[in-house]
Amino acid sequence: MKVLGISGSLRGGSHNTKLLRAAAEFLPPYVEFELWDGLKAVPPYDEDDDIDPAPAAVAHLRAAIAGADAVLFATPEYNSSIPGQLKNALDWASRPIATNVLRNKPVVVVGASAGAFGAVWAQGELRKVLTAIGARVVDAEVAVGHADERFSDDGALADEDLRDQLRETVDMLVEETHLRVAAAA
Amino acid sequence: MSTITEAKHSLPTGTWNVDPVHSQIGFAVEYVVGTFRGSFSPLDAKLAVGEDGTTKLVGSVPVAGVRVQDENLSAHLQSPEFFDAERTPDISFSATEVRRSGDEIAIAGDLTIKGTTHPIEANGTITDPADDPYGGVRFGLKLETTIDRTQFGLNWNNPLPNGKPSLANDVKLAAELYLVKE
Repeated sequence: MKVLGISGSLRGGSHNTKLLRAAAEFLPPYVEFELWDGLKAVPPYDEDDDIDPAPAAVAHLRAAIAGADAVLFATPEYNSSIPGQLKNALDWASRPIATNVLRNKPVVVVGASAGAFGAVWAQGELRKVLTAIGARVVDAEVAVGHADERFSDDGALADEDLRDQLRETVDMLVEETHLRVAAAA
Repeated sequence: MSTITEAKHSLPTGTWNVDPVHSQIGFAVEYVVGTFRGSFSPLDAKLAVGEDGTTKLVGSVPVAGVRVQDENLSAHLQSPEFFDAERTPDISFSATEVRRSGDEIAIAGDLTIKGTTHPIEANGTITDPADDPYGGVRFGLKLETTIDRTQFGLNWNNPLPNGKPSLANDVKLAAELYLVKE
């Protein structure tokens, strides 16, 4: 089983990228985890460019999602919603609509923010977008507020309650993925 | 001289299989300003009527067989937020009671959609068996009922600018069944 991690934040010290790494620690040992690092390279969506072959960064994104059994998203919150570049990447991934690589794919959304609320509104928006795309969105949420204070120097999530929530959320994603993999076998 | 015809109260005896080419389940649901229609096919159904009148009717149709006029809409209907075809690939029905009076018929039974089962009752008409052009014998059933889709976990909606839902909860189902004698 392979899980892809997609962080909606681009900056090097991103709390959300740390959150993905922290989540990956809770994956069972037999699960391969890949942190996707191609977000910045995705061009703006333009239907004129949505042809075969797709732009290289888009082809990479689609192949990474297609090659994973599940996707773990972590999103920051910009103006009560998800970062434009994450939405742009998902708009690319959602095409062609009827056969897109996220259709039926188990996904889960978590989020971190420097503010108090842990990107809960952005997480809600991202779940809405993923649902519309046709993904199997796991009904779970982890909101890491005051993210500046939640990670230790080595990047570990230092809050025990949040660690428990994150573990439970990762377990739910793995369980959904097992159901899908078993059904396809 | 007048002829008195006694109304029939049972179905034709024998085992009957649905003709999947000509049978379908239509649906109609209010959407925004009109009625949106589509259908499901191919049907798989079998009716067995014993000499003593005992009747067994079971049927199913694949969710992947939803017929609408756009492949993207079809994909949406099959996605996890709608029928979830991957996890619950079939819609099924099993009759619990059949009542006939002349050419009118009522069938009660259990309808399962998206893994959730609820009792329904459908009403309609039945024809007498007739020889068909293919060397067989068949009769027709037309049945209608209305279900509340939200009872079956089909909760999708999209609010209109005035805040009201764009898609109604009540869905009319209309079955057109051609049943061919085995």
